[in-house]
Amino acid sequence: MAQDAAQGVTGRGFGRPPGAIPGWVGYALLPLLNLIAALALSGLVILVIGENPLDVLALLVTEAVGYPEAIGYTLYYTTSYIFTGLAVAVAFHCGLFNIGGEGQAYLGGLGAGLVGLALTGWPWPVAALGAVALSALFGAAWGAVPGWLQARRGSHIVITTIMFNFIAAAIMTYLLVDVLIRPGSQSPETREFDPGVWLPTMDRALGWVGVAIPASPLNLSFLWALACCALFYLFLWRTRWGYEIRTVGRNERAAVYAGISPARNIILAMAISGALAGFVGVNEIMGVQHRILLNFTGGVGFVGIAVALMGRNHPVGIILAALLFGVLAQGGGQVSFEYPTVNRELVMVIQGLVILFAGALENLFKPRVEALFRRRSEGRGGGHDGGAAHG
Amino acid sequence: MDDALLVVLLLADATIRVATPLVLAAFAALYSERAGVVDIGLEGKMLAGAFFAAAVASSTGNPWLGLGAAVAASVALALVHGFACITHKGNQVVSGMAINILVAGLAPTLAYAWFRQGGQTPLLPGEARLPQIHLPGVEALSGIPVLGPVYRELIDDANVLIWLTVLLVVATHWLFTRSRFGLRLRAVGENPAAVDTAGLSVTRLRYQAVIITGVLTGIAGAYLSTAHGAGFVRDMTAGKGYLALAALIFGKWRPWPTLFACLLFAFTDAVQVRLQGVPLPVVGVIPVQFIQMLPYVLTVLLLAGFVGRAVAPRASGVPYVKER
Repeated sequence: MAQDAAQGVTGRGFGRPPGAIPGWVGYALLPLLNLIAALALSGLVILVIGENPLDVLALLVTEAVGYPEAIGYTLYYTTSYIFTGLAVAVAFHCGLFNIGGEGQAYLGGLGAGLVGLALTGWPWPVAALGAVALSALFGAAWGAVPGWLQARRGSHIVITTIMFNFIAAAIMTYLLVDVLIRPGSQSPETREFDPGVWLPTMDRALGWVGVAIPASPLNLSFLWALACCALFYLFLWRTRWGYEIRTVGRNERAAVYAGISPARNIILAMAISGALAGFVGVNEIMGVQHRILLNFTGGVGFVGIAVALMGRNHPVGIILAALLFGVLAQGGGQVSFEYPTVNRELVMVIQGLVILFAGALENLFKPRVEALFRRRSEGRGGGHDGGAAHG
Repeated sequence: MDDALLVVLLLADATIRVATPLVLAAFAALYSERAGVVDIGLEGKMLAGAFFAAAVASSTGNPWLGLGAAVAASVALALVHGFACITHKGNQVVSGMAINILVAGLAPTLAYAWFRQGGQTPLLPGEARLPQIHLPGVEALSGIPVLGPVYRELIDDANVLIWLTVLLVVATHWLFTRSRFGLRLRAVGENPAAVDTAGLSVTRLRYQAVIITGVLTGIAGAYLSTAHGAGFVRDMTAGKGYLALAALIFGKWRPWPTLFACLLFAFTDAVQVRLQGVPLPVVGVIPVQFIQMLPYVLTVLLLAGFVGRAVAPRASGVPYVKER
């Protein structure tokens, strides 16, 4: 079930019907329409609670990109959203819907944090590499097991990944309360790592080359996120493995006839997906918190679904969508300080509506918009073009 | 002897209280999923129900109006799900997820703006909560061993929604095995093309199913905030919607096994509260988290076919496209 459903998302999102519909309709216009619909409905919610939606939106954007420090915060949120957006997207490309990004990111944070705890006194590049490796390993393991269960035992990946989110939460609570807790501490978190192994913040790193920017949680993991986008593109569209994954996602039966093993690729795609989600731990734990704590993921795995849907599962789209949600997260948090009636959960309303319009209701605007463009191109192209479009 | 009986009765009582919203939500999903519409949006619909029940009960003082509002809100969300999945043949999992995230944002946003109590509703006074039903004859039966205490602790003073849930279970069993509507719902989840050929509307049947799902999740939400609790608090459902989904799968999409799964999951919860820090023979103290994750682990194992086998309705998750 999950597979067929997820195939719908990727398959239809990418399937360009024959005729004269320009590519940007699918990649730019439709996401924009979806966003406008989501924002309009969120505006209604703001009206209901008695504020002016345009004022709130203007303040939100100013607080997110209006001054350098805010941009740093926005990009810090964007970093995690890129990781989880890529994670959801790679699974989508294999026809799988990975709702387990939350749990995979949580365990990725455990991996990164264990490196931070263990490498006291080491130089930070070593710790950074170690954190990337171990967070990827932990996240990949937490993704690959549901992948294996789907591929070899036929379990719904959607259900299994939901269950794995809860299992991950329980394991992390146990570890933080009973095992890793700082001795003598009341709150369930580890000790702070040695400052020498912290992942440098962007302001510090740019300070080395003489560029001064205001301090913010934005750290070097942002560059790793951008690198992951490039690697994601190369892997999916320029390697044999990526080709195999996409083939399985498009048509599992055709893949079998082509000698491609669906099971192997499902497990591989889920492992990569989990590893990407796990990198959230590098940003959050090594870059910002510098200790392992409860619930540091805060729904980032679910935002990844919105990011992947908006970004059409393509790295460039994912960067833009992650930026959008970064703006919402940072701006939304700030708006709640200015308006006593608005709180930051309002951002989740927008996220939910984006997922609804860009994902579940993707067929709401698409046929109408495409019909509009088909009619227009027929009117303009006259005889030969119109004939081809009708087929 | 009496003490042991009392402990058992208290455990059973706690199990029933925890199980009630699970049963309501799991049976809600039963209708939808047996009709071929996957619903992972139980959590969101319950949360909406919990919020609107508490909000309306708190401002009108009438819990029944609250119950009505909960059902209305939850049905509205169910119709959104139906509009996306049935009318527009959208992805059912994505739609459910969207509803969960939407409500997780909407409920605290509205609570914050309307009540200014940090995302809660005010504490409900007793008369604004759904009543418990006091049965006659507690005094008369109290002298009888076993039966007296069972009647007093377990059956008397149960919330009205608990009784409603009992009725629901029986009615659902009857509906799915004996009634024309129930058999049609099952058929539409297994082979919608056959139902269509028989001249019945697949769309109509599936909408009816998701509306029932909405009604029941609304009641489940109202139970949380106006029967079990006394007001809405942030994240009130705390994963119960997903746990109900697990129970439905654990019950293999059938009424009685689903009821059993809900009771089992609720029982582990009740036991976990009692077992905190208590050493057991052989294994010693079990960390509560391991008991808490038990339902999820069991569901994963069951789905993987390591304990039994759960097979979903055949057309589950697949939008029905009439032949063209």
